[in-house]
Amino acid sequence: MIGVTASALWGHWRRNPLQLFTLLAGLALATALWSGVQAINAEARASYDAAASTLGEAQFDRLVSRDGQPIAQSTYVALRRAGWLVSPVIEGRLGGVRLIGVDPLTAPSRFAPVGLTDGVDLQEFIVDGGRVIVAPDVQLDGALRDASIAPNTAVADIGVAQNLLGRSGEIDAMIVAPVQPLGQPPLDQIAPELRRQVAQDGSDIGRLTDSFHLNLTAFGLLSFAVGIFIVHGAIGLAFEQRRGTVRTLRALGVPLRLLVVLMGAELMGLAVVAGAIGVGCGYLIAGVLLPDVAATLRGLYGADVTGTLQLRPVWWVTGMAVAIGGTAIASTAALWKLSRMPLLAGAQPRALAVLAGRGALLQAGMSVLLLGVAGVLAVTATGVIAGFALLGALLIGAALALPIVLRGLLGLAERRATGVVVEWFWADTRQQLPGLSLALMALLLAMSANVGVSTMVSSFRLTFVAFLDQRLASELYITADGAAQADAMVAYVTPRVAAVLPIMSTQIQVAGRPTDVFGARDHTTYRENWGFLDALPAAWDAVHLGRSVLINEQLSRGASLRVGDDVTIDGQSLQIAGIYGDYGNPIGQAIIAEPLFQTIFPDITALQFGFRLQQENVAGLVADLQTDLGFSSDALIDQAAIKAISLGIFDRTFTVTAALNVLTLAVAGFAILMSLLTLTAMRVPQLAPAWAMGFTRARLGRLELLRTVMLAVLTGALALPLGLALAWVLLAVVNVAAFGWRLPMYLFPWDYARLGMFAVIAAGLAALWPALRLARTPPSDLLKVFSNER
Amino acid sequence: MNAKLVALLIWLPLASWAQGFAGLGIAPDGFSVPAPNPTFNFPADDGAHPDYRIEWWYITAILTGDDGRDYGVQWTLFRTALAPVAGAGWSAPQLWMGHAAVTTPTEHFVTERLARGGVGQAGVVADPFQAWIDEWVFAGSDDNAVLRAAGPDFAYDLQLRATGPRVFHGDGGYSVKSAGGQASYYYSQPFYQVTGMLRLPDGDVAVTGDAWLDREWSSQPLAADQTGWDWFSLSFDDGSKLMGFVLRGADNYTQATLIQPDGSTTAFANGAFAASELVRSDVAGRAVPTTWQVTLPQAGIDVTVSALNTQSWMETSVPYWEGPVTITGSHSGRGYLEMTGYE
Repeated sequence: MIGVTASALWGHWRRNPLQLFTLLAGLALATALWSGVQAINAEARASYDAAASTLGEAQFDRLVSRDGQPIAQSTYVALRRAGWLVSPVIEGRLGGVRLIGVDPLTAPSRFAPVGLTDGVDLQEFIVDGGRVIVAPDVQLDGALRDASIAPNTAVADIGVAQNLLGRSGEIDAMIVAPVQPLGQPPLDQIAPELRRQVAQDGSDIGRLTDSFHLNLTAFGLLSFAVGIFIVHGAIGLAFEQRRGTVRTLRALGVPLRLLVVLMGAELMGLAVVAGAIGVGCGYLIAGVLLPDVAATLRGLYGADVTGTLQLRPVWWVTGMAVAIGGTAIASTAALWKLSRMPLLAGAQPRALAVLAGRGALLQAGMSVLLLGVAGVLAVTATGVIAGFALLGALLIGAALALPIVLRGLLGLAERRATGVVVEWFWADTRQQLPGLSLALMALLLAMSANVGVSTMVSSFRLTFVAFLDQRLASELYITADGAAQADAMVAYVTPRVAAVLPIMSTQIQVAGRPTDVFGARDHTTYRENWGFLDALPAAWDAVHLGRSVLINEQLSRGASLRVGDDVTIDGQSLQIAGIYGDYGNPIGQAIIAEPLFQTIFPDITALQFGFRLQQENVAGLVADLQTDLGFSSDALIDQAAIKAISLGIFDRTFTVTAALNVLTLAVAGFAILMSLLTLTAMRVPQLAPAWAMGFTRARLGRLELLRTVMLAVLTGALALPLGLALAWVLLAVVNVAAFGWRLPMYLFPWDYARLGMFAVIAAGLAALWPALRLARTPPSDLLKVFSNER
Repeated sequence: MNAKLVALLIWLPLASWAQGFAGLGIAPDGFSVPAPNPTFNFPADDGAHPDYRIEWWYITAILTGDDGRDYGVQWTLFRTALAPVAGAGWSAPQLWMGHAAVTTPTEHFVTERLARGGVGQAGVVADPFQAWIDEWVFAGSDDNAVLRAAGPDFAYDLQLRATGPRVFHGDGGYSVKSAGGQASYYYSQPFYQVTGMLRLPDGDVAVTGDAWLDREWSSQPLAADQTGWDWFSLSFDDGSKLMGFVLRGADNYTQATLIQPDGSTTAFANGAFAASELVRSDVAGRAVPTTWQVTLPQAGIDVTVSALNTQSWMETSVPYWEGPVTITGSHSGRGYLEMTGYE
């Protein structure tokens, strides 16, 4: 019996291949976008983890020199002979690849190389020329590959690395073993030129790039939600159309439980197939996008992410789980209704989700509840989870409210209508609304997401440009190798420039948080260009009198400091004169006057300088510095070039999100197309009377097209405020909770208009084929409506 | 995977696990091999011999604290070479390993250090004598040497004074280890007197007692089938001392040296010295014998040797058992016991 029943149920899909296609394609698309995004994120996170553990940043304290210069190897030996258990590390770049040198004997466990492969003999590593271990994406003859090395990185013995980098006798840092012996003298007795850098919890790079990955994840979630709407629609339709089959089967004696189980199993099977296709497509999408993502992250954050995608269980397993889970949720309602259906109920398929009576009230109630929750959260949300909950409640509440609002608008239009055709048009549209509501909800979500995210991105870009102007005010930046070269350079350059602005900094703990402290020279460059979020009047004057400090937004939020509070910088108490924005920085920052900085940190000399001069003189000065003082081109950077690079990178970052934008809109358009196609058969009895009364089929077709476009326009109009609300939540709640800084929100009407146009075009294209099909309906089919021969 | 552990697993070439305990049984390709009838020159031979593969400076001390309790202290510096050259800088093929331990009747403290040769972090200089790894040091002359080491939970600072001459084991310092002829150069300085201070979690303890230095170097000290050894250094109350070991393999191979208070020695060849286990204890998840019956009938020695603390397990990269023992029977006294190869 099972076999016969199953084949009877399956027969429905054979006769309606379009519905089957809708179901599979919708689910596959949604899963593809979700798993594609997850794949990119997983690959990036694996790279960050490998990078962090390769340098032990997250786990071990390090000893570094106070002035950022290399450390003599003899210092390492002196420390060991005094009882400090430290391990030397050297790092440099060789032909674009990051080379790290370690000592395998003294390195603490869980330190690089992560997984010294079995194929490496200690003898080969140290003695016989020195074998190098590389990440899989690095090309090097004779090197051993190990997948757990961070991307674009090679690991070698410290002696070998010193030779390759031409820095014999030098090291860059020392890793401090977690357990030290008794009787150890204090650090400043042995090596006063070093300071201890405390281990950071979590990967630094991971935090920096969090905003990027949050972006991607939000998109993935959204696409999936849209896809589930499609699936829900297709399943609901399939169930409705099989009511007759089910009735017959039950009358023939098939138990209800068997039917429900079989239909559920059939759906799960389809979900698995669609999920698998989706995961495969996701892999392809990620593979195409990942090199761009990797290049962006490298340029923007200095993060090395591999450009090749690996099949990691985390994303394809969650992709399949999410496809199956989503289908299960989407089909629950339909299965439940099926099990409650009386045996002899009518076999005629009804239009989907009739919006009257209890069903409508329930939906309206849910919508009000969710929007209420969203309202409460908007005021009280302080964490990332609360922020996302707010987003979810807002989007779903609005989506549920959409059909009700549209119905109200259409009813209003109908009452105001003059003329029969117009009145019929509005009434028929309203009657068709339930069938299209899911597709329109999908369109609403896609459009508002586009509005919201593009507002956020564009606000970010605008702020970023202003921020760059503020921070990169000098025309030329130079990095010197040592104090002697710095002095020589300053002496050489001073007659030729309007101002020399040294950049000196060190990292300490301020108010319990890691903070970079900068010393600023008194110059109009800072006074004119610096933007504050909040400041006392004449803030810069107070700073240059040595009484005050400026802090960044992250420090002020993280330590709950406001303008006027006192804060201690290395034992000196200063008043906060201003708070400024510092986008993308995960740690705190403080600025004090240069003389004060030199008093508090006398060991630190500035090795980086900014010069103010006329833009047209920059090239000449750069050339002279290279020939006369022997500066390499790496050490000289002109501001116009940095800005162009930064903006270029920034734009590429958001190419990825632009691509995802297009994809989500395409998914929504697909949803509309599928809904219209599946409704076509049901439209015939509704259109036959109009045709009989004199409408030509061509005119009916055009009216169908107009109807869909108009619904899309209305949905778009409602998507705009929703999208702006979304942008506000992202900027004011989620970003602040996640990163500690807030972006101001700007509006971009032209962008919205362009988006609206695209949505309308997408809807129009989606409606074109169903309208054509309708216009070509044979007259005999229309006649049959009246003769009960259907 | 623990990078350090892996690094030490390949401490000696990988094939070594099949050949004797800790790879000491692999062939000495390229390295010098001990020959019979050696001549020793001091102080030069106090230092390192880089053309031999493995070498150690091994001090064990049996001490009594001012609290009346018995203590045992170990200080060991191992040198192993990846190639038979001294080398310089990071590419020097010399690797150094230090073990330090303090044993009380109720506790056993142990710690380990590793270092590369060639950069100054560890090494041995013959004249003036200094052996060091990190801040651990054994340095000075015969009548005035210091011995210092520290771990996360213990430390010691001892002064040593030699009251007798060096003694040479086997055949004038040429000590054969198996019927196949594998051998090492082996001498000891068993006549140190010790005063000093132990720093333990419960507090500092002033200690006095005796110490014994073992010096041994070779390139293949074991045969491929020898899985480990049991080594005894016994100091009897009448002033004489006994060094004896059993190398466990297909057939056991033994050797012993009886040392008189004036420094004269009697060597005993394979078979004369015998040790049989009486009691096994559960130590670090292994069954390790901690009470032995040691006999040397030719010298009238028949004693029971039992561990001061059965849990004297050296939890180091290559683990083994080492701790002080008490002696009863035909002679009484105290000593040290080392047992390797119990898995």
